[in-house]
Amino acid sequence: MEVVVASSIGVLTASGIYLILRLRAFPVILGLAMLSYAANALLFASGRLAINMPPVLSKYGEASYTDPLPQALVLTAIVISFGMTAVLVMVALASYLEAGNDEVNMDAPGTGAADEKAGS
Amino acid sequence: MMHWIIAPVLLPALLAPVIGYVMRHDITLARVASMAGAVGLLGIAVHLVVMASGGETLVYRLGDWPAPFGIVLVLDRLSAVMVLLTAILAVIVLWHACASGWDRQGRHFHAIFQFQLMGVCGAFLTGDIFNLFVFFEILLIASYGLMIHGGGRERMRAGLQYVVINLAGSTLFLFALAVLYASTGTLNIADLALRLREIPADEAALVRVAAILLMVVFAVKAALFPVHFWLPGTYSNAPAPVAAFFAIMTKVGAYSIIRIHNLVFGPGVEATDGLMAGWLFPGAVVTIAIGALGVMGARQILPLVSFAVVGSMGVLLIAVASFTPAAFAAGLYYLVHSTFAAAALFLLADLVLHRRGSGALATLPATAQNGLFAALFFGAAIGIAGMPPLSGFLGKLLVLDALRAPEVIVWAWVSVLAGSLLTIVGFARAGSVLFWKSTVVTAPASASTGSSAQDTPAPVTTAELVPVFAALAMLGALAALAGPVAGYFEATALQLFDHAGYIESVLGTGRGE
Repeated sequence: MEVVVASSIGVLTASGIYLILRLRAFPVILGLAMLSYAANALLFASGRLAINMPPVLSKYGEASYTDPLPQALVLTAIVISFGMTAVLVMVALASYLEAGNDEVNMDAPGTGAADEKAGS
Repeated sequence: MMHWIIAPVLLPALLAPVIGYVMRHDITLARVASMAGAVGLLGIAVHLVVMASGGETLVYRLGDWPAPFGIVLVLDRLSAVMVLLTAILAVIVLWHACASGWDRQGRHFHAIFQFQLMGVCGAFLTGDIFNLFVFFEILLIASYGLMIHGGGRERMRAGLQYVVINLAGSTLFLFALAVLYASTGTLNIADLALRLREIPADEAALVRVAAILLMVVFAVKAALFPVHFWLPGTYSNAPAPVAAFFAIMTKVGAYSIIRIHNLVFGPGVEATDGLMAGWLFPGAVVTIAIGALGVMGARQILPLVSFAVVGSMGVLLIAVASFTPAAFAAGLYYLVHSTFAAAALFLLADLVLHRRGSGALATLPATAQNGLFAALFFGAAIGIAGMPPLSGFLGKLLVLDALRAPEVIVWAWVSVLAGSLLTIVGFARAGSVLFWKSTVVTAPASASTGSSAQDTPAPVTTAELVPVFAALAMLGALAALAGPVAGYFEATALQLFDHAGYIESVLGTGRGE
């Protein structure tokens, strides 16, 4: 199981980074979503992987349990990344409507040194 | 009594929805409420500074859960002074936004601004690293709203870039937290510091990865080379009062490095020994160079100011990179100075831009009150370049004085001094082109078109000038009161290096070694 979880986190991260580097709004949004999935899975796995364990200590006998804190952290992170993705989609849409294309780079003249730096 | 510690987070958090839902149709009401909130925050911040000035580390336990299990807010000298800085800057910036009418150009400016204040104050006060992530997200999501306030093609494009780079940064933050939790089992900053001291050096690989990931996240916020590139584009295209307030956002990154990388991964921790300074110092040197060269190369007034901000972050981080109490004290003094200097320049640039119509550094017909703007511009430029008599000179002097160690002195002194020289030349050239050579140009064309009568903006009013004067007055006050202020920061730095004291205050007696 560890191999499956670890390699899927790795694949998600790699494809997320690749998509971000495409520098077009839609791939970038998908890439950031994939990166946040990878981050959430890693966060979830940070409490050690365990199957069929209660998230709280049982009063009776066996002290086997899975750490509840990463689950709470993941819930927070999911909510935040969901909200952030929504904001990103809205900003990307507004930028597309204003500029007429979906490139992320600043390429228009008129901002002088700023766009050379920001674009590189 | 202790409940005051959470007040800087609660006040804006409660005020923002009221402004957003109840007062959204009445800009005057929203302005009054927002200003009252900022002034109230200022009062709270002064009270917090008085509370913290005794040198105690005060802890506020949310829900009264004991420290490693519940979330804590921690008030020490550093967080108190950062909240005070935020509050003063908020009052100045809000005044400018109201006086110049920026807050009318889109909707919900005041509500988003209050959320931004909540995020910044929370990030300064929290004692839990996941809570720090949450407050980062609050201040970021508010800053996205402020950044694209008013709209427009360039601003939307720059805003998209800003959102993308910061979302990538947030993801890295989550990766770092996951790795840190997996290897230590805690997220409380004091508890982390305690656990990391117990990790032997040969089992520290994961922790070192987390430390560097966190450094990258904070470096993105602080605009440190090589992740500084978003700053000029963002600040140049943000609405001016927002850009002025973003001067504190870069400081949030610097504050996080000072807090986390000193206390948790800092000097004396075997697991991450020598990891930080080796990356931070060269990055800061290159950041100073990029800031100075950018100031020289800028052809527009807002990129000019933005690159000056990059350069000032370099000077601040070069002081932080040495991780000694003296350098921290100097860096904190410079931090406060550079915040006000950058804010003054952005607010002034907005007034000038509004009257010239173009940000290009080229000779145009002189605007009304040219002399006044020229004087203010050179005042602010003296501040950011670091010439006497304003506090930038003292700040850089303190930084240089603290960086006397033989292994850093050459690079630090050369980069700070050469960077200052280039900044002075860049600002002198920009100012003389903008204000002095422009008086020679008569420009009959624009005067005779007839459209100038309606295009010519009204002369600047006193209300519009107050924020710029206030920011410059803060620089003057910092210089005049340099002795007491530097003394306070020396005490702050000593408190920052009293790691055992911090851990003991948060976790209870007996745990801090």
